[in-house]
Amino acid sequence: MSETAPPAKKLTKKELKADHPTWCPACGDFAVLASFFNVVGNLGIPHEKIVCVAGIGCSSRFPYFVNAHGIHFIHGRALPLATGISLSRPDLHVFVFGGDGDGYSIGGNHLTHAARKNINLSYVIMDNFVYGLTKNQTSPTTPIGRRSKTDPRGAIDRPINPMAQLVSSGATFIARTHAAQVKHMNEMFERAILHPGFAVVETLSECTMFYPGAFDAGNPRKGGTFDLVDESSRDMESTAAAMELAEEEFPGKFGVFYETKRPTKNELEWAWIEDARSKTPDLSERDLMRKRFAGMR
Amino acid sequence: MSQASASAPQALRNAVIRLAGHSQDGIQSIGAFLAQLAGSTAQDVMTYMTIPSTISGGPSIFQVHLGSGKVLHPGDEADTLVAFYQDSYDNHLHSLRDGGICFYDSDHVTELKEERDIIHIGIPFTSASIEAIGGSAKDRGKNIFVLGTLCAVYKLDREKLVQIISRKFGKKSEDVLRNALLAFDAGFAWQVHDINHMPFAPGENEEQNRISTDGNTMLTLGLIAGGCRYGAGYPITPWSSIMETLRSELPKYGGMFIQAEDELAAVALAIGASYSGHLAITGSSGPGLSLKSEAIGYATMAELPLVVVNIQRGGPSTGMPTSVEQSDLMQAIYGSHGDSPRVVLAPRDVEDCFYTAIEACRIAREYSTPVIILSDQAIATRIEAFPEPDLEKHWIEPMLDLSTCPADCKPYPLDAITRHAPPGCPSPDGRYPVVTGLEHDEWGHPSGNPVMHEKMTAKRREKLVKLANSLPAPDFFGDEQGDLLFVGWGSTFGPIKEATERLQDAGHRVGSLHLRHIHPLRNGLADIFHRYTHVLVPEMNDCGIYGFGQLASLLRSVTCNPNIQSLNKVQGLTFRVKEIEDAALQLLR
Repeated sequence: MSETAPPAKKLTKKELKADHPTWCPACGDFAVLASFFNVVGNLGIPHEKIVCVAGIGCSSRFPYFVNAHGIHFIHGRALPLATGISLSRPDLHVFVFGGDGDGYSIGGNHLTHAARKNINLSYVIMDNFVYGLTKNQTSPTTPIGRRSKTDPRGAIDRPINPMAQLVSSGATFIARTHAAQVKHMNEMFERAILHPGFAVVETLSECTMFYPGAFDAGNPRKGGTFDLVDESSRDMESTAAAMELAEEEFPGKFGVFYETKRPTKNELEWAWIEDARSKTPDLSERDLMRKRFAGMR
Repeated sequence: MSQASASAPQALRNAVIRLAGHSQDGIQSIGAFLAQLAGSTAQDVMTYMTIPSTISGGPSIFQVHLGSGKVLHPGDEADTLVAFYQDSYDNHLHSLRDGGICFYDSDHVTELKEERDIIHIGIPFTSASIEAIGGSAKDRGKNIFVLGTLCAVYKLDREKLVQIISRKFGKKSEDVLRNALLAFDAGFAWQVHDINHMPFAPGENEEQNRISTDGNTMLTLGLIAGGCRYGAGYPITPWSSIMETLRSELPKYGGMFIQAEDELAAVALAIGASYSGHLAITGSSGPGLSLKSEAIGYATMAELPLVVVNIQRGGPSTGMPTSVEQSDLMQAIYGSHGDSPRVVLAPRDVEDCFYTAIEACRIAREYSTPVIILSDQAIATRIEAFPEPDLEKHWIEPMLDLSTCPADCKPYPLDAITRHAPPGCPSPDGRYPVVTGLEHDEWGHPSGNPVMHEKMTAKRREKLVKLANSLPAPDFFGDEQGDLLFVGWGSTFGPIKEATERLQDAGHRVGSLHLRHIHPLRNGLADIFHRYTHVLVPEMNDCGIYGFGQLASLLRSVTCNPNIQSLNKVQGLTFRVKEIEDAALQLLR
C-alpha cells in the first residue's frame, strides 16, 4: 500500500497485541482483529509505520487492542483524520477501522469523498447492522422490519447499500467478506493492504449481544451460503458489473467486487509539491517569502 | 465656491476618499492601487470596504484613508466622494464632510440640490473612458480613469502609480495594459476647473521596504513563517481567501492545503496532520467554527497542537457574511463540550496578523494545544502599509521529529507538557502509544477513574495557567492612571487609539490597553483597572442580556471590577472614532 515499503521482519501476534479487547464474548470483531494481526504481521510492514485510526463505536476501539501507533478520534470523522495522516506522511501504512454507524451514517459523507479522492489507505468496516455500543438502535444497514430501541415497531427506512455507494463514489478497491470466514477475510485484507489507493473491506461482523444471527444466511455452518465472486470470468474494472453484484439479494456474493488503478490523491498532491519546489530550486523558503513581500512594495 | 478653491494650495496631511459604486466596477482596484502607492511613497494608509453578499452586482464601497503620518482608522468622514451611480451618490453623499468634494459620473448621476457646502464636480467617467480607449470597451477602464483624475487632483506620484498599474495589468496582456494606461492618462488630463489641486504632503514613514496588503494575506504568510505546512479548510466568507492562498502557496514551501468536503472533515484532516508530527492549520468563519468545535475539544483532550483561524463576521447563523462583528469571542473560548481550555489570540491590525499567526504556531507547538486566532472581516479585507517583517528574527522552522520515543514513554505525563511521539517513531521497548479523546491515564489507556479525570482536567488547565504567567504586558498607551481606561481587542485598535489621543488632547487623563491574548488573559489586569475611575470596553458585539459585551463580561468575571462598562456596536460596521470619543465623554461628564 505504501509507496516506499522496505521489506522488514515479520511481526508476531505477541508483538502486535495490546490490551485485551473489551468486546463482548464471541463478538465478530475478535476474528477481524486476529485476521489483522495475521496479515499485517506476515506482510513485514515496519512496526513503527503502522497507524491504526478509528472513530467511535465498538469496532472503533480497535486501535487500543493493537500495539502500534494509533489514534482514537471523534464519531464519524476517522476517514478525514486518516486522510490528514496519509497525505502528510506518505511513508506510513494507514488503517482505518469502524462500524456501520460511524462509517455509513455520521461519516457517510466522508466515505464518498475519501473514495473519490482515492486517498491511499485501507478501511475495514465491521458492519453488524446495529448500533452496539449504545445498546441496540437502528443503524443505516438495519434491514426493514427489524426491531430496535429506536424502531420498536420495526425499521421502516430502506437500508443503504454500501457496496453500491462505494462503487458510485469511485473507491478503487471494494471487497466484501464475512468475519466467520477467516481464510477469505485474510485474503481480502491482504489484497486491500497491497492495493495502492482507497481500499475498503466491508466485513459482516456479528453483534452477538444485540443482533445475533444477523449474518447466518452468509454462513454455511449456520445453514447459509457463502458464494464467492468468480474473478476469472469478469471484468474487475467494470463498475456496471460491480453494481450488479451490489444489487444481489442478501447474503449475495463475497469477494472483490471492483478493483482498478487510478492516481491517488497522495501521488497527485506530492507531484504538485515537487513541481512547485523545482521552479525555485535555489531559493530558500525565507527567500521565497521575501520575494512575495517584494511584490507588495 | 468653497474654501477649497478659494485658498492657495496647501499640503494635505490626511485625505479620506470614498469610492462608491457597484461590485465589479473595479472600485476595489482603484483603492488597492492608491493603498499600494501610499506604501511605496512612505505614506500611511488604511482602507475600508463593504461588499454585498450577492453573487454579482450590488452596491459596494471602498474607502481609502491616506496620511503623511500614522493612519489608525479608515476615516469617520470622507473628504472626497466618487459616485459612479445615482444610488451611490444618493446613499453616500451624507458621508462627506462639510466642504468636501463629490466627483460623480455625469453619465449616470443627476446632481441634487444640497444645502451643505459640498463641491460638486460632474465628469462623464463612462463616456470619457470609452472615448479614451475607443470603440467597444464599454464600461471598462472607468475605474482607472478615475484613478488618473484622483492622481492629478491630489498631485500623487504619477510615475510610481503608472509603475504599479503596469505591474498589475502587464501580467494580463498588452492590450489590457494599453487600455488601462490610455484611461489613466485621460483621467489625469481631465480638466477639473472648479477646484485647486491639493498636493499631498510627503510621507513620513522612513522605514525601508514598506509593503502594503490586506489582513488575510498577512495572516496566511504568518502561518507559513510560523512553521505551518499542512492544513485543510472549507470555503466560507471572509475566511476563503486564506485557504485559497494557502492552497497555492504551501506547495512552494513543501506543504499542502486541502479543500475538504466540509468543516468537520477540514478540522479532522488538520488534526490528522498534526498527529503525524506536523503543525497543521484549519480555519473558517463563525458558522464553520461552530461545526469544528467538537474536534477542537478533541484536540484539547488529546493534547495535539492545532491552529484554528476564525475570521469573524456578523452572526448568529448565516448572519451578515460580508460584514464585520466581534461576536465569536465566547464561542472561541468556550465553544465545545466539557472543560476544554484552549488559547485564543486576536490580531489588532494587518501587520499584527503576521505576528499573531507566528505566535499562535509557537504556542500550539510548545503547549500541545489548540490555538484559535480571532481575526475579523474588517482586518481581513482592509489594506494597510507597514514595514516588511524581518524573517531572520521571526521565522520558525517546520518540525517533524521522528526520533525514537523513549522506553516506557508516557504520552500524557501529569507533571509535564505532552509531546507526542508521532507515527514513524520507533519504540525501544516495543510499546506504542494511542492518542485518544477518551479520558485516559498517563499512558493513554482509557480511564474512567474519578481521580484521574480530575487530575487530567487540571493538567489541561494548568498548561494555560503556565502560559498566562509567561505572557508579555499588553499594548498600552496614554496615561498610566486617571479618569478612564479603554480596553480593546482585535480590529478596534486604531479607532480606540485615536480616540484616546483626542481625549488626552482635550485634557482628560485617559489610557488604553489592547489585548492580543484573549484567553488566557495576562495576570495583573485587575491592578491596572484599579488605577482608573472608569473602564470602558468598546467591542463590535451586543451588550447581551446582562448589559455587557463579550470581552467586558469576561473581564468583569475575572477582575470583579464593577467600574467596567461596555460600548457595543452591531451594525456590521467598524467603530467611528467619534462614537468611542462620545461614549467616553459621557462617562467623564
